[in-house]
Amino acid sequence: MKKRWYDYLWIASALYLILGFFNILFAWLGLLCFFLPLIISIATGSKAYCNRYCGRGQLFGLLGGRFGLSRRHDVPRWMKSKGFRYGFLLFFLVMFGQMLWNTALVFSGARDLREAVTLLWTFRLPWHWAYHGGAAPWVAQFAFGFYSVMLTSTVLGLGTMVLFKPRSWCVYCPMGTMTQLICRAKYRPEKVGK
Amino acid sequence: MGKGKRLARVDREHCVACGCCVKVCPKGAIQVVRGVFARVEESLCVGCGKCAGACPASVIGMEGAER
Ligand code: SF4
Ligand code: SF4
Ligand code: SF4
Repeated sequence: MKKRWYDYLWIASALYLILGFFNILFAWLGLLCFFLPLIISIATGSKAYCNRYCGRGQLFGLLGGRFGLSRRHDVPRWMKSKGFRYGFLLFFLVMFGQMLWNTALVFSGARDLREAVTLLWTFRLPWHWAYHGGAAPWVAQFAFGFYSVMLTSTVLGLGTMVLFKPRSWCVYCPMGTMTQLICRAKYRPEKVGK
Repeated sequence: MGKGKRLARVDREHCVACGCCVKVCPKGAIQVVRGVFARVEESLCVGCGKCAGACPASVIGMEGAER
């Protein structure tokens, strides 16, 4: 099949993770992967972001598919259940809210900037080399927090990529679940036929 | 009746509308409908099973054409 420009967006996703290793402020760019899918699904009632533009999905597809880093097993039944998908989305949003709260604390001066990345919501990794000052503390704190979210989802996605199908992250990806929920809310069966 | 012809069939309830199936279908026979589920155009599907292999949620089954 003919490749389009958007079939190369996996490069942007990979670059994002690399840049954040050297300068954490690049993490702010990740807001694009947060707002674009939502805006697209609200505006067009489609999952065009997932279906075409998501570089992260492409990256898993490439590593697990072309590079053979996936066992290609079926995901367990519970993983595709609504209970798990919605539960994980909720958990993800709560943790996201906590990250915003931490940013607010730094903004208000109630807490000092922590130059660390938290993996899987638990493990604090030193990351101080990626911040060279120059930004307001809360701006840096948000960057560390957002990068933590992106790194955590990448690590989870790589884990399920290896264990199951290449893009099994897409089964429980909170952005994918959220955009599908938006599309579901906008869905009118009489308009699409059987 | 298409003797022995096999078709892809999607479990819409569990489809996550990721579109991985769409990317691999050689016939353009499967599309994601309004971001909610994937739908197979039966007249185009040749039953190759590529979509089923690519589906991360494994919600595509290959079934006989007769209903
Ligand atoms: S489900 Fe998530 S990772 Fe998969 S394509 Fe959609 S936004 Fe990207
Ligand atoms: S690959 Fe599977 S889960 Fe994704 S849209 Fe196609 S049928 Fe649905
Ligand atoms: S079985 Fe083959 S032709 Fe039919 S929808 Fe799947 S990929 Fe397309």
